[in-house]
Amino acid sequence: MPALPLDEAGKYVAGAYLVFLALILVYVAIMAIRLSHLQRDLDELLELAEQRDRDREEVGSAR
Amino acid sequence: MSLRALSSAAVVTLTGAFALVFFYAPNDADQGFIQKIFYVHVPMAMVALGGFVAGGVCAIQHLRTRRSEWDLRSYVFIHLSLILGVGVLITGSIWARASWGHWWVWDEPTLVSFLIVFLLYACYQPLRFSIEDRQRQARYASVFAVVAGAFVPLNFLAVRLAQAYSHPRVFATASGGLPPKMQLTFWLALVGMALLYFTLWRYEMAAKLARGRVRALRRRLAGEDVLPGRSAAPIV
Repeated sequence: MPALPLDEAGKYVAGAYLVFLALILVYVAIMAIRLSHLQRDLDELLELAEQRDRDREEVGSAR
Repeated sequence: MSLRALSSAAVVTLTGAFALVFFYAPNDADQGFIQKIFYVHVPMAMVALGGFVAGGVCAIQHLRTRRSEWDLRSYVFIHLSLILGVGVLITGSIWARASWGHWWVWDEPTLVSFLIVFLLYACYQPLRFSIEDRQRQARYASVFAVVAGAFVPLNFLAVRLAQAYSHPRVFATASGGLPPKMQLTFWLALVGMALLYFTLWRYEMAAKLARGRVRALRRRLAGEDVLPGRSAAPIV
């Protein structure tokens, strides 16, 4: 098959590189969402640890 | 190498490679401008297949040592290769449409063999998912990864032996290979893609390990036995 003219071939080449870029962007976006979940979990755990410390202090002062 | 340095190296190499693709490498005499697709398609395919094999090697280590971090490494290799595999199939289809006038050609061994490898590995996660016991899950997944990992080079060899002349060989041809400018561009694209893959692998590993630690911390603080939601990722 003869080579496609540049204006027509350009669409396919751009499409292929955009697919690659989109794939990486989607992956990075998913990673970012997971990171935000991890941060939320860490915040919850920090809250839990602080609550624990407060409870211990209250028990200590009551004694 | 730190993750930051690795990320920078991947970005610089890949950007440089793509700059060479469009401003340095000449157009192919036979295929013309369409051949530029190969600088992203072929490195992606090579790195994805290499990742499947690396997943198999890690699985062998897991079966030998029974240490769960090898299972996690194997899982992440396969997971990332599957993602790249999607890119390989789509970019390959785009090239096929531009070059042959069809999105897919069923009698072309390279295309079909890659699809077979991809579909084989697409079974990996459902297999993990279907087994509840974590130890058994890891063991079965490792056996799968070893067998499928061995299938990858065999498949590659079979395609080479039964090669049809319709699928272009961009790196080694009977006439002696690519011109130097194309070779340099191709090698840089391959190195960039490998660096990108390894960077993403390190990110994914770090994320999975951090999740595991958060889960362990939650167990200690709240006494909850927290199991992952719909994740088939191994617990370390």
